[in-house]
Amino acid sequence: MSVRDKRLYLESLTVSFDGFKALNDLSLYVDPGELLCIIGPNGAGKTTMMDVITGKTKPDSGTAWFGREIDLLTLREPEIVAAGIGRKFQKPTVFEQLTVFENLELALAGNRSFLKTLRARISPVQKDRIDEVLNIIGLTGQRGSLGRILAHGQKQWLEIGMLLMQNPELLLVDEPVAGMTPHEIERTAQLLTSLAGEHSVMVVEHDMSFVRSIAKRVTVLHEGHVIAEGDMDKVQSDPKVREVYLGV
Amino acid sequence: MRFLHWRPGSDKGGTWLLALLAVIAVFVPILNMLVPASSALHLSAFGITLLGKYLCFAMLALAVDLIWGYCGILSLGHAAFFSLGGYAMGMYLMRQIGPRGVYGDPILPDFMVFLNWKSLPWFWYGFNNFAFAALMMVAVPAALAGLFGWFAFRARVTGVYLSIITQAMTYALMLAFFRNDMGFGGNNGFTDFKDILGFDLHADTTRVVLLLMTVAALAGSYLACRYIVESRAGRVVRAIRDAESRTRFIGYPVESFKLWLFVFSAVIAGVAGALYVPQIGIINPGEFAPINSIEAVIWVAVGGRGTLFGAIAGAILVNYAKTYFTGAFPEIWLYALGAMFVFVTLFLPRGITGLISERGKEK
Repeated sequence: MSVRDKRLYLESLTVSFDGFKALNDLSLYVDPGELLCIIGPNGAGKTTMMDVITGKTKPDSGTAWFGREIDLLTLREPEIVAAGIGRKFQKPTVFEQLTVFENLELALAGNRSFLKTLRARISPVQKDRIDEVLNIIGLTGQRGSLGRILAHGQKQWLEIGMLLMQNPELLLVDEPVAGMTPHEIERTAQLLTSLAGEHSVMVVEHDMSFVRSIAKRVTVLHEGHVIAEGDMDKVQSDPKVREVYLGV
Repeated sequence: MRFLHWRPGSDKGGTWLLALLAVIAVFVPILNMLVPASSALHLSAFGITLLGKYLCFAMLALAVDLIWGYCGILSLGHAAFFSLGGYAMGMYLMRQIGPRGVYGDPILPDFMVFLNWKSLPWFWYGFNNFAFAALMMVAVPAALAGLFGWFAFRARVTGVYLSIITQAMTYALMLAFFRNDMGFGGNNGFTDFKDILGFDLHADTTRVVLLLMTVAALAGSYLACRYIVESRAGRVVRAIRDAESRTRFIGYPVESFKLWLFVFSAVIAGVAGALYVPQIGIINPGEFAPINSIEAVIWVAVGGRGTLFGAIAGAILVNYAKTYFTGAFPEIWLYALGAMFVFVTLFLPRGITGLISERGKEK
C-alpha cells in the first residue's frame, strides 16, 4: 500500500501551551481498517493529539489530513464529526433517562433541527440499523432498559454504539477499559477487534495486557513525539521505550 | 388519539385528566344553568370563577413543567408571560368599555383621562379589534421569551444563574408596569370590564362559556405538550436535561431546542393569562410579582415534575388548599401551606404523582 492511501495523516504537528510543547514534531499515519494502539506515559500528548484531530485544539504548525481530500485543520468540530471521525471520551456519558434503543435513535444520522425531529419517525431501515448496532455492541437484551441502570462496561459499549450509528470511518477511543472487570475487558477487546476492518480504530490505552491482546501495531508517544512503532514485542524490547515508559 | 403514537398504558394520568376535563365541561353548564339556585347542587357564579382560576393556573403549571420537568430549565419568571397575556386581554377589555367609563371618554380608558392624557398612546392602537388583541396575547409573551432565550441560551447561561435572571426579568417588568407613565394603568392596572365580544362579562352564560374555553385551552395545551415530549424532539430535550454537552456533541443544536421549547411554554402561559383576566375581572402589576412565579414552580413540584398531568393536578390541589385554608383558618393558612410544601419536599420528592406510580408498582 502506498503512502497516499492512508486514512489519516498527521505530519510534523507541534502544539505548545505557554512554552510547554504538548506535541513536538509529531508524525503518525493510520491505515484504512487498521486497529492502532497509542501508548505513552502521562503528558506524552495522547489527548492533545486527539484534540487536534477532532478540531478542539489548533496546532502551531504541521498538517492533519483525513484521507487525501479533507484538511482537518480547516474544519470546525461538528464538521469533523460529519466528515466521519467519531470520538469516545474516557468518561462514559449516555443519556440516563432514555432507553438503550432511544440513545441509539438520537445518534442516528439525519436532520437535527427541532421542527424536523418533532415529526421524525423511525423508518424500518433505521430500526434495522439500530438492531444491527445493538447486536454488535452486545446490548440486544438491554434494548428497552434505561441508560442509568446499565453497568459501567455496558455504558462504554453503548457509547461506542452511538458512535457507530453515525458510521464513522475513523473511531478515536480514549481509555476504553479503565475501570472494567476482566470479563468486560475481554468483551471490549472482541468488540474493538470486530470493528477494525470496516472502520479505522485508534485506541489510547494504559492497560498493557489489553493493548497486547488487541493491537497489531503499537505507537509509543513520549514528550509529544513518536519514539517507537511496530508490533507489541518489538516495541516492548525497544531500549528507548523501556527507559521512558516501562521504567526498566 | 392514535395519531399521537401513545404507548398503551403509558399515560393513565393524562387519560384521567382528559376525562376529568370532559366531566367539568358537561356538568358545569348543567349545575349552573339547569339546577335552580335554591338547590344545594347549584354551582354559583363564584364557583365557576374559582374553577376557571384553578384551570388557568393549571395551564401555567403545565408551561413550567414542560421546560423544567423535561428540559431542566427552572424558570422563576413564568408569571411574566402569564401577566403579559393577561395585559393584552385587559387592553382589549378596556377598549370595549368605551364611553361607559366613569369619565365617559369614548376612546381613552379612565386612567388615561385621570392622567390628563389627550390621545391614545401608539401601543394601544388596534386593541379594540379582538383578532389583533388575540394575536398579541400570544405574540408578546412569545417575543419576550424568544428575545430572552436567544440571549440567555446562546450565552450558555444555565442552572441557578438562568433562574436568577428569569426572576430579575419578571421583577423588572413588575416595576415597569407599576409606573403610571408606562400607559398600563400603574398600580391599579385594569378593571371594571364590561363585556367581551359584545357579551356581558357578568352574565352566567358568559362565565360558563369562558370556563368551557379554558377547559378546551387546557386540554389542547396538554395534548400539544404530550405530542412534543413523546416525539423524537422530546427525547432530545430530555437528553439535553441529562447531558447537555453530550447532546451538543452528537450534533443537536441545543440552544435552538431550548429556545423553541421556551417560546412554546411562554405562549401557553400567555394564553392562560389571557383567559384568567376576563374571569377574574382585574389585572395589575402584582401579577408580575416574583412570588407568583415561584408559586407556579411549587405547584409543579407538589404535583410531580416531568409528568405534565402531575403539574396540572398540583396546581389545582395547591390552589384548592389555598382557598380552603384562607377561608377556614385565615390566621394560619400560610403556615398550613408552608407545612404542605415542606412535607412534599421531604417525603414525596417526586410529588403526588410519584407517590401514586410507586404504589402502582408495589402491587
